[in-house]
Amino acid sequence: MTETQHSDILIMGAGPAGLALALALARSGMSVRVVDRISPERLADPEFDGRASALASTSWQMLQNLGLADALWRDACPIDRIAVSDGLRKGGLDFDAGVDGMGVMMPNSLLRAALFEAASADADIDLVMGADVAARTIDAHRATITLDDGRAFSASLLVGAEGRVSPTRDLAGITLGRWSYHQRGIVTAVTLEKPHKNTAFEIFYPDGPVAILPLNDDDDGRPMASIVWTVPEGKADAWVSLSDRAFGAALTKMSGGFLGAITPVAPRSNWPLTLCQASAMVAPRIALVGDSAHIIHPIAGQGLNLGLRDVAALAQVLGEGARLGLDPGDLAQLKRYQDWRMLDNAMMAAATDVLNRLYGLPGSAPSLVRRLGMQIVGRTGLIRRFIIDEARGASGDLPDLLMASD
Amino acid sequence: MNASTGTTADSSVTNETRNGTIDPKEAAHFGKLAAEWWDPKGESAMLHRLNPVRLAYIRDAIDHHWPDAGAARKPLAGKRAIDVGCGAGLLTEPLARLGAEVTGLDAAAENITAAADHAAAMGLYIDYRHRDIETLEGESFDLVTSMEVIEHVTDPATFIAALERALAPGGLMVLSTPNRTTMSWIMLVEAAERLGQVPRGTHDWDKFLTPEELTAHLQAAGLHVIDTRGIAWDPLQGLHLSDSLALNYLMTVVRG
Ligand SMILES: Cc1cc2nc3c(=O)[nH]c(=O)nc-3n(C[C@H](O)[C@H](O)[C@H](O)COP(=O)(O)OP(=O)(O)OC[C@H]3O[C@@H](n4cnc5c(N)ncnc54)[C@H](O)[C@@H]3O)c2cc1C
Repeated sequence: MTETQHSDILIMGAGPAGLALALALARSGMSVRVVDRISPERLADPEFDGRASALASTSWQMLQNLGLADALWRDACPIDRIAVSDGLRKGGLDFDAGVDGMGVMMPNSLLRAALFEAASADADIDLVMGADVAARTIDAHRATITLDDGRAFSASLLVGAEGRVSPTRDLAGITLGRWSYHQRGIVTAVTLEKPHKNTAFEIFYPDGPVAILPLNDDDDGRPMASIVWTVPEGKADAWVSLSDRAFGAALTKMSGGFLGAITPVAPRSNWPLTLCQASAMVAPRIALVGDSAHIIHPIAGQGLNLGLRDVAALAQVLGEGARLGLDPGDLAQLKRYQDWRMLDNAMMAAATDVLNRLYGLPGSAPSLVRRLGMQIVGRTGLIRRFIIDEARGASGDLPDLLMASD
Repeated sequence: MNASTGTTADSSVTNETRNGTIDPKEAAHFGKLAAEWWDPKGESAMLHRLNPVRLAYIRDAIDHHWPDAGAARKPLAGKRAIDVGCGAGLLTEPLARLGAEVTGLDAAAENITAAADHAAAMGLYIDYRHRDIETLEGESFDLVTSMEVIEHVTDPATFIAALERALAPGGLMVLSTPNRTTMSWIMLVEAAERLGQVPRGTHDWDKFLTPEELTAHLQAAGLHVIDTRGIAWDPLQGLHLSDSLALNYLMTVVRG
């Protein structure tokens, strides 16, 4: 067995949350090691994660603050408008972004690749990919991870960023509240006959919402979009195994034809939709970020945004602690992070849950209520502001990393 | 308190015969607390909450005194620091993390043992010694800290003269101590000790120094106070830096 290598922070999971955290902490002078079980090639493979994410403008600002603007701006499609409608009835809600925009759409595989490249180039970040963890231990002074090839790594703080299945969360004894929506999200990329004009469409059907999210044009100049189609669990397999032509025709019909013919151009994946909330985000020498701490319904495209807000808050708390020479695993410090994030995460979970339930009820009476509801929402400045701010990620007390520096 | 010399994996420990101004009764009192010192919920709960507040003050003093190093990740890199009355190392370890080559002194052998064990487990190198500052000769330090110690010594003038001797040319000293006011008597001696926030018998109010008295001692030793800040407490903010010196205060000191 080789000697145990020590770093200030050990991050489990090189997903967007884990890598963004590594970059932010390295900037505050901490030594960071990131361990992931997959290979770098797999990480950036669109087949591994074919989703695209709506990055709120604060998240986009954060990626710019981390020095990723050059690598990403070409692939970032700005969202100027969000159009929400109840099926294809009139009376939908329309949110214009105004001057500062509502964020950008970005394929996850490109985001993962850019973060990985930036982390590889950072001398303070050690990336350990393709790693199989054999043992995890925590004592009063450190966390230690042993791989099955005998390598061992220790750190003052262990961060769980492994996504929904998080052995770090289990190690901390943190339980996960889990509610299934009994829905699945079918994800694919499509080309559109007509331009999307940087509009994100959310069309609600009794079976679940269809989201058509703008992406930049493909190499042949065709407008592209990312699709998240929420369907009941029992129907998911049928939708996935449908031919491209039939799936495209169904989408064209669902969208009311205003984007012209919709043509699938990527494999279809389907994701379980659950609402998960960890009972805590910290434990002695452990912190959780991203999907390891919370999973919400993708209806509002906020999952990754919440994860990046976790990252910004944890990076700030640890950065302030490092400035004072505090132990990164100091529990009082970690609790400040938890207090900062728990409420925001729970509010977002509740809001997306209500939205999904409200639109999930079939029948014409609920539909009328919904339409009235949307008009009320549309007219009430305050609620409107809240929804727009929430989409931009600008509500609540923001960590520095989410803000533009002057 | 038997004199023995030992070295743990990372941190070194030395014991010397004592010949200083630390009251042996006081040393024994703190020595008894050694085991609890690193438990944030234990007897030293108040100290754990106080620590980030005084570290924030010290960090600002460092950045102000060494502006070039202040921007660096390890502002004390290449500098020697000594923490006089280090207890189990609550302040000493952060100084090491900020890059300093640190020495920790304490009059209680149990503290030095607890401090050295903890530093070793944290993978930090700290030179811990069981001795008094008065007996230290021929060594000087860029940063001298002594937090909540002067109120426990039998002869403040001798103690401060020794701190002055340990201060390298161009060095920085930061001290903290409770003020002798009605407020500190109520809050520290009565309320905090009775409520178990601070161990019983920690404070002897009569020995507390007012900022004027401490300043006079420092001046007599050829030192100059360049900043004084209070540490106050209120239910909303908890312990925080404040303009009120009534409870507890910090001083930044340089050679005059
Ligand atoms: C259908 C759908 C659509 C979505 N759309 C949006 C959207 O538009 N906008 C948005 O903000 N969010 C969206 N989300 C949510 C978003 O994708 C996730 O919140 C985000 O990917 C979480 O990032 P993460 O880094 O926490 O975890 P992940 O992306 O899951 O990364 C986890 C990493 O940890 C590694 N790992 C796992 N287990 C281990 C282990 N045991 N040891 C070591 N490494 C391990 C994995 O290999 C992976 O690299 C959507 C989610 C779904 C399901």
